[in-house]
Amino acid sequence: MGNQEKEPVFSAKNLKLFTAPLGRDNPITVQVLGICSALAVTVKLKPAIVMAISVTIVVAFSNVIIAAMRKYIPDRIRIIVQLVVAATMVILVDQILKAYAFDVSKQLSVFVGLIITNCILMGRLEAFAMANKPWPSFIDGLGNGAGYGLILIIVAFLRELLGSGSIYGYPVMEKLGLYSIGYENNGMMILPPMALIVVGLIIWVQRSRNRSLIDK
Amino acid sequence: MEHLLNIFIKSIFIENMVFAFFLGMCSYLAVSKTVKTSIGLGIAVVFVLLITVPVNFLVEHYVLKKGALAWLGAGFADVDLSFLTFMVFIAVIAAIVQLVEMIIEKFSPSLYNSLGIFLPLIAVNCAILGAALFMQEREYQTVAEATVFGVGSGIGWMLAIVGIAAIREKLRYSNVPDPLKGLGITFILTGLMAIAFMGFMGIKL
Repeated sequence: MGNQEKEPVFSAKNLKLFTAPLGRDNPITVQVLGICSALAVTVKLKPAIVMAISVTIVVAFSNVIIAAMRKYIPDRIRIIVQLVVAATMVILVDQILKAYAFDVSKQLSVFVGLIITNCILMGRLEAFAMANKPWPSFIDGLGNGAGYGLILIIVAFLRELLGSGSIYGYPVMEKLGLYSIGYENNGMMILPPMALIVVGLIIWVQRSRNRSLIDK
Repeated sequence: MEHLLNIFIKSIFIENMVFAFFLGMCSYLAVSKTVKTSIGLGIAVVFVLLITVPVNFLVEHYVLKKGALAWLGAGFADVDLSFLTFMVFIAVIAAIVQLVEMIIEKFSPSLYNSLGIFLPLIAVNCAILGAALFMQEREYQTVAEATVFGVGSGIGWMLAIVGIAAIREKLRYSNVPDPLKGLGITFILTGLMAIAFMGFMGIKL
């Protein structure tokens, strides 16, 4: 922090870094980053939440590390440096998940490893952390992770509720007694294609509410 | 031979990278505006997968796996480096992409001009790392299996991106609701294509 003017830790500018990715600047629906993993882990809420937390942690801390050494990274090899920092964080997260949440780690299978090539991560490192101080970068990472997690949780909620009739493993539809009056789970929701269609619909809703986001 | 053919067909149609696992979606959505560029990127992906998957297979079997270092001497027999998998795989991929770029530039400038801009993008394409990780998870036994799997996944990915690009070119003449234009309709179209591809799921190989 070489600058003389002291910025409050939670200034309006920093706060905006956190809130923008939740809506107007959402990594998935607006920046179109990190779709790969977003769709595959959303069959149930639990893996989706674990994935959201993992991505947030990895993005936030990789952002801090890259921002802290941004002046010492030679321009030509910056992608490799970013990949190595990201890979280190992902290895840590993967080992922690394997140790403390083995069943979830099995469900997420290769998608934990794929956080390394998650475009949100590379996009934020390249676009934000390379040009900003560690603290704003940390907030930016948290915000983008949260924006990603928000969409993940919405998609997973819909797919689990309509596809398996439960919320976070709790059998809602059964408790409401809907099966006895002829309600059936929609098996289609569990299959991969519906994840794409649900995200498409979320984008539709968001863009009809906020028309400035519409592609020309 | 038949076994290899099975892996090939399976990786193209049944376990398609895009439609079944959503891998490589970022470049799939960004570069699928015209058929011509999407063919270029598709070929580049097939090419890189053809090289990286077998190389990563060898790395996995002779360096990373538990006991894989036994060829160095008895003292290394119980070294387990598997926690380094991600880092080594991504380093191998980034290095190979760089190498491929330099080789193509030297020997075939015309190919370089058409593929050149896509190659650096590919290092961070999740389809490439995804294929390497699936290769590890599914425990393919020989280099031949791994190579066939790599090429098959690449062709499957290319099939998907060329297909969506063709549809998007035609889509310009249709009347899509404004908020759905661009990204939204592409997602829904991909979903519909994925439903069509699920028809292959019944095939037992």
